[in-house]
Amino acid sequence: MISPAHYVALAAILFVIGGVGVLVRRNALVVFMCVELMLNAVNLAFIAFARLHGNLDGQVIAFFVMVVAAAEVVVGLAILTSIFRTRRSASVDDASLLKY
Amino acid sequence: MTGSLAGALARPATALTTLPAVGVQHSAWLLLAFPAAGAVILLFGGKRTNSWGHLLGVAMSLASFGYAAVAFFAMLGYPAAQRSRDLNVYTWIPAIGHFQVSIGLLLDPLSICFALLITGVGSLIHIYAVGYMGHDPERRRFFGYMNLFIVAMLLLVLADNYVALYAGWEGVGLASYLLIGFWQYKPSAAVAAKKAFIANRVGDAGLSLAIMLMFAQFGSVSFAGVFGAVGSASPGVVTALGLLLLLGACGKSAQLPLQSWLLDAMEGPTPVSALIHAATMVTAGVYLIVRSAPIYDLSANARLVVTIVGAATLLFGAIIGCAKDDIKKALAGSTMSQIGYMMLAAGLGPAGYALAIAHLLAHGFFKAGLFLGAGSVKHAMNDEVDMRRFGGLATVMKITFVTFTFGYLAIIGVPPFSGFFTKDPIIEAAYAKGGTSGAILGTAALLGAFITAFYMTRVMLMTFGGSRRWDSASHPHEAPPVMTSPMVILAVGSLCAGGFLMLSNRLIDFLAPVVHTPQLSHGFFSPLSIITLAGVLVAAGGAWAIYGRREVPITAPRGSLLTIAARKDLYGDAFNESVLMRPGQWLTRLSVYFDNRGVDGLVNTVAATMGGTSGRMRKVQTGFVRSYALSMFVGAVLVIAALLLVRL
Repeated sequence: MISPAHYVALAAILFVIGGVGVLVRRNALVVFMCVELMLNAVNLAFIAFARLHGNLDGQVIAFFVMVVAAAEVVVGLAILTSIFRTRRSASVDDASLLKY
Repeated sequence: MTGSLAGALARPATALTTLPAVGVQHSAWLLLAFPAAGAVILLFGGKRTNSWGHLLGVAMSLASFGYAAVAFFAMLGYPAAQRSRDLNVYTWIPAIGHFQVSIGLLLDPLSICFALLITGVGSLIHIYAVGYMGHDPERRRFFGYMNLFIVAMLLLVLADNYVALYAGWEGVGLASYLLIGFWQYKPSAAVAAKKAFIANRVGDAGLSLAIMLMFAQFGSVSFAGVFGAVGSASPGVVTALGLLLLLGACGKSAQLPLQSWLLDAMEGPTPVSALIHAATMVTAGVYLIVRSAPIYDLSANARLVVTIVGAATLLFGAIIGCAKDDIKKALAGSTMSQIGYMMLAAGLGPAGYALAIAHLLAHGFFKAGLFLGAGSVKHAMNDEVDMRRFGGLATVMKITFVTFTFGYLAIIGVPPFSGFFTKDPIIEAAYAKGGTSGAILGTAALLGAFITAFYMTRVMLMTFGGSRRWDSASHPHEAPPVMTSPMVILAVGSLCAGGFLMLSNRLIDFLAPVVHTPQLSHGFFSPLSIITLAGVLVAAGGAWAIYGRREVPITAPRGSLLTIAARKDLYGDAFNESVLMRPGQWLTRLSVYFDNRGVDGLVNTVAATMGGTSGRMRKVQTGFVRSYALSMFVGAVLVIAALLLVRL
């Protein structure tokens, strides 16, 4: 029997995978996908909790997260494209001009 | 006069009423208006007044003298008890609580004496300066300052309250500063002007404190109000007033310990020296003491300090006069000494007030004559002032020689010249004081007279006698008539003034409504005056033995220890430097050090710490996005951990 706790556990595993990906991967595109993974892990947790509590609050928030994520991807991919055009590289380590 | 009963009892002889000015004296403000107009026109008129500015200066001074003479004769027309006339010109500071200052002019026998001296001798010096300053491109400015000097001094002596007197007092200080530093491109003149100003400021502080004390104690600053209330004041307050006024007088009159500026003030043009030494400025201190007689009458201690200052200064100045080779500085030492006589007399109280004024008036003539003579010599010798390079000028400059001789005989007190009639009574009055102090003061005055004879004979012989020591480039010549005529008039004054003032007690009786000095009963040829005269002749003979019989060396011999000390003004400057200037410098250096290291150090340390820390902290901004992500991640973990901990 699959209980909501299993969903929460899966969400945690996905979140950690996404977090580790953000921290260790250099390719900006992959970093983005990892961020998406984290967001969706959270979405999953929200929906699981909504089910657990028997109300719709968590599901509503999941929609909000999707909207924000979509907006973020639009802006982020635009920046990424323009960086790639000028530098011929999508590595986040190369874009390090803004520092001390 | 709102004289209280106590005040009236303290001074029964001077409890007279001051009447409002009427008739010709009603326009006494003209006295001030003439030179004030001259100063304003000359100083603000610009170059268009260059051609006639000096004539305007002389005319304004003469007009003021003319009015003073008219007011004097009008005063003579009143009975003795009605000669104090007050003219309220306008209200300067309207009543604020009790405090009210009106600019009023007090015409009484004392102030009219000064007004006549200031405008009379001042006008002669103005006329002389027309010739003396004839080639100076800044002659107009010079006459503007001279008129300013006259107007400030007149305000000082004519004011009927201490605040207006103080305004004149400061005006005199300003004018002297401007005139001593007239050739301000010479560093020595600029320094001398500053020195005079600063030394005067010290004295001014004393006078201003005295005025504040008067107001705090009596609620009034007018002569009438203060003198009326002083009788009921506590002895401590009266003595404090006397000493503070004395400090003011010391600054203006160059008495110990504020004497050091007078010798350096010789950097100014010679007419200025004459004006400062004869008619204005240094006489102000004596005026202040005599005018404040009701205060000094009540405090024997303050009087004693005045006499000590006077006696010490008269010896101090005389000793300096003996060693100076600069003719003007020798005369400056003599002024210091003669003012010392006046202070001594003023400090003797009722016995000496009129004698101080008599000597002051006589001194005004002969010292102005001597300075103008010295200026004439300097003029003839291409601005040389070293007496060792003079000599034998008697035959070249006959008028200067004769007028200078008159001044010389007057100052050493040979009858029938002025000094004999005015100085000897001071010596006698000092002895008559009685007691140990009287004997010491009298002996100091007597010694001063001998030393005066010595140094003045030395000046005469080194300048006019002996062989001609000047270099071949000099062609001494007599000054033009515009310079010699004031000298001749002053020489006549040196001859007659003393006898005129003192014979048949003329001045003593005239001043009686203001200061009650007992009449001199005995004749002038008392045993003491014979002794004085004999000593004077011996001292003059001694000077002749050294400077007349022998050749005067052009380079000064090393001299005795006293001579070396006297050449350095008896270490007056060294004293000021070591006692006042050095500690002041140390204090400022200490303050600067504390400011730099203490205050700035603290602030700078804080700033440096902040800067250094931020410099290290900013290294965190590496520009690597992943490290930022890591720090955010760690931060989020920490926040969650903290939240969980708190919940537990």
